[in-house]
Amino acid sequence: MNYSDTSIAATTPFLSLESVRKTYPGVVALDGFSMEVRPGEVIGLVGENGAGKSTLMKILGGVTTPDTGTITVDGTAHKGLSVEGSLGSGIAFVHQELNLFENLDVAANIFFGREPLRAGPLKLVDRSKLREMVAPLLKRVGANFSADAQVADLSLAQQQMVEIAKALSIKARLVILDEPTSSLPLAETDKLLDVIKALKADGISVIFISHRLHEVERVADRVVVLRDGMLAGTLGKRDINHDQMVKLMIGRMLKEREKASEAARAPGAVALAAKAVRTPTYPSRPVDLDVRRGEILGLAGLVGSGRTELARVFFGIDGSLGGTLELDGKTLVLGSAADAVAQGIFLVPEDRKLTGILLDLSIAQNISLPNLPAHARRSLVSASAETATAEKQKRNLGIKAPSVQTRTGTLSGGNQQKVVLGKWLAMNPKVMILDEPTRGIDIGAKAEIYGLMRALADAGVAVLMISSDMEEVIGVSDRIAVMHEGQISGILDKDQFSQENVLLLAVGKQPK
Amino acid sequence: MSKKDLGLLILILVVGAIVAIINPRFLLPINLANTSNLIGLFGILSIGQAFVIITGGIELSVGSVVALLGTLFIDFIAVRELDWPLAFVLIIALGAIIGLVHGWLITRLKLQPFVVTLCGLLIYRGVARFYTADGTAGFAFGQNFPELEFLTAGRSYGVPNSFIALIVIAIVMWVVLHRSVFGRYLYAIGKNEEAAKYSGIRTGRIVMAAYVICGVLTALSAIYFAMYTRSISPASHGQFYELYAIAAAVLGGFSLRGGEGSLIGVILGTVLLQELQNLVNLLGIPSSLNFAVMGGVILIGVLVDQQWSVFRARRLMVDAARKNVAGAPAE
Repeated sequence: MNYSDTSIAATTPFLSLESVRKTYPGVVALDGFSMEVRPGEVIGLVGENGAGKSTLMKILGGVTTPDTGTITVDGTAHKGLSVEGSLGSGIAFVHQELNLFENLDVAANIFFGREPLRAGPLKLVDRSKLREMVAPLLKRVGANFSADAQVADLSLAQQQMVEIAKALSIKARLVILDEPTSSLPLAETDKLLDVIKALKADGISVIFISHRLHEVERVADRVVVLRDGMLAGTLGKRDINHDQMVKLMIGRMLKEREKASEAARAPGAVALAAKAVRTPTYPSRPVDLDVRRGEILGLAGLVGSGRTELARVFFGIDGSLGGTLELDGKTLVLGSAADAVAQGIFLVPEDRKLTGILLDLSIAQNISLPNLPAHARRSLVSASAETATAEKQKRNLGIKAPSVQTRTGTLSGGNQQKVVLGKWLAMNPKVMILDEPTRGIDIGAKAEIYGLMRALADAGVAVLMISSDMEEVIGVSDRIAVMHEGQISGILDKDQFSQENVLLLAVGKQPK
Repeated sequence: MSKKDLGLLILILVVGAIVAIINPRFLLPINLANTSNLIGLFGILSIGQAFVIITGGIELSVGSVVALLGTLFIDFIAVRELDWPLAFVLIIALGAIIGLVHGWLITRLKLQPFVVTLCGLLIYRGVARFYTADGTAGFAFGQNFPELEFLTAGRSYGVPNSFIALIVIAIVMWVVLHRSVFGRYLYAIGKNEEAAKYSGIRTGRIVMAAYVICGVLTALSAIYFAMYTRSISPASHGQFYELYAIAAAVLGGFSLRGGEGSLIGVILGTVLLQELQNLVNLLGIPSSLNFAVMGGVILIGVLVDQQWSVFRARRLMVDAARKNVAGAPAE
């Protein structure tokens, strides 16, 4: 684990971080983290969800400043960077979600806000000069499209090339790619990796953040592993391999803590079955999955592995592109979420504020919404019936609010999540799908939500829990299904539970 | 009645009092009856518009629909000599079909409401003009429909029947909007269509129903307008009526983003608009300034409302901060 084997080791680093610490209320996001990036070096940065990668990116982008520690860029030491400072010193980002104007052409995107202007009072854009400036940049990223192409017509990989060309146009010396390949098909990924190699050849440094470890293996000169906000280890070119990275990501110490917490339960009958179901996001990857009554099936996988998309199909929001869904052995045709709700399939969505609840409505109005006709006489809403149902859920779930007439927008995240749960618990769930049910929720409320899920399972409900929190998946589930690039890569029974096994399946390898 | 509605009511009374002091003819029974007749006609139209606006949509074709369906109604009873109740039902059904088609294009084919109804505005106006060969649709000399005329243009105890019709419709639609399951769905969809969908509401059908309601009420008002004017030149009849309806809703506290507004609000909005029209006439303001006065008042109204809510939000924040400071030592 050293990098004496690389020739660039001798040169001075372009960027170095020293004992950087960043805390948020209640969380230490980065704890004494140090790393160096040398000119022309490709660094693979890996770590589980929540290991501190995004905080690190925010610090490098100048969006946030560290509490302590120093950042040295090009020989100058800083306490923290500003957005302008970061850009000015040649650090460029290519984010997972691209920041391109799809309605403009490639050239306009690359020099947006910095267009060459023609002389004269009108300050018209000098199109020919613009094209001259763009051409060499496109050549450097190996673009197979013209500067006049509309961004909307380009493939995702091509759009990323535009982003990289944009980074080159500000004379970037360090390009940070955040999960660039997570939504790319394989052939396109190869193109992108070639671009990274070309950047390296030009002496530009690259930080490549990815969950796809085999890609990291292919391009990185050095791998930096983050775990719980700390540097878990660095791997030199020769030591980079899959198992080493996974080992560092999980940490050896944790292994002992993983053991089956309870005796395995007798599995119930299959409630929801997916047979060769294909989601619109991964149309060529059929998914087979059974969710049994009385169990909590954990659905693990890395961000972008297609879990939420699968949940959307199960809940009737998206149509399946093929295959069949069965509920209690009968074929299920879902044209909308209303069809799923009518069958007793409920979803607690990932994005609480956008899709989970209506922030402007009261607790009572939110809870009664999916079952409003049952709270009405001759299709007039009965406020007393509504209040009664909501009061019951408020009591059972321990929703903390002055009254059930309180607007849900004023509640804390945990209480909002309980309202989402309450609206489904007030009906009779057969299958309950929870997508990241404890994200952004404090620890006390988390434990209550785990208890609720268990109570549901004990009452014979089939519970499907999507979670990126490894401890949650292992601690709460009866079985764990793991997704990798749109497919179920494996299903673990209780005696096979370990963070290592989940992670191996999540990156597409076989468990031990 | 919300505070917003109350504020609007006070504004209506204050403006009324000022106009009455300057020109006492404002309070003459004949003037009040005329004004309330117009309130009835435009009110029915505006309630329909309100149901669409609450979903976050807009219906720009109502003026042209008033022209087309009014022309057809007169043609049906005066030229084709259909029984008027039959013609009445046909016109209402046509209104419902127009609403259904708009709703279908918007929810199923995902077209924007503005675009769909703008095309409607052009199409129906063109069809109406073509239907009469750009002539005028009217009754022949001596043609009389006593019952129909009584119901639409007549008066009971001095009150125009169109105004009474508005009151009845307003009460029914108030219950639908503020008390029914359907009304709750409308508000939920207007506030956040995605979240409503994730709660298992068939949002497409509900939005379509809102356009059908708008179509039916527009058709009804088209009949009232036709019987009020008794002769229709389709090139100009009903022009800008969609804007009157939208203005009434906006004045009444509706947000064009959807999910906000009350039925009382849209009625009061209509009343204020007609009062302003009347004011222009009675105070001797050149009638060419009519639209300018209306636009100015709406702008001021929306501005005051906006500033008032900013002020209130700020005061709430200051109050909360004060409470925290006061409560801190106790903890």
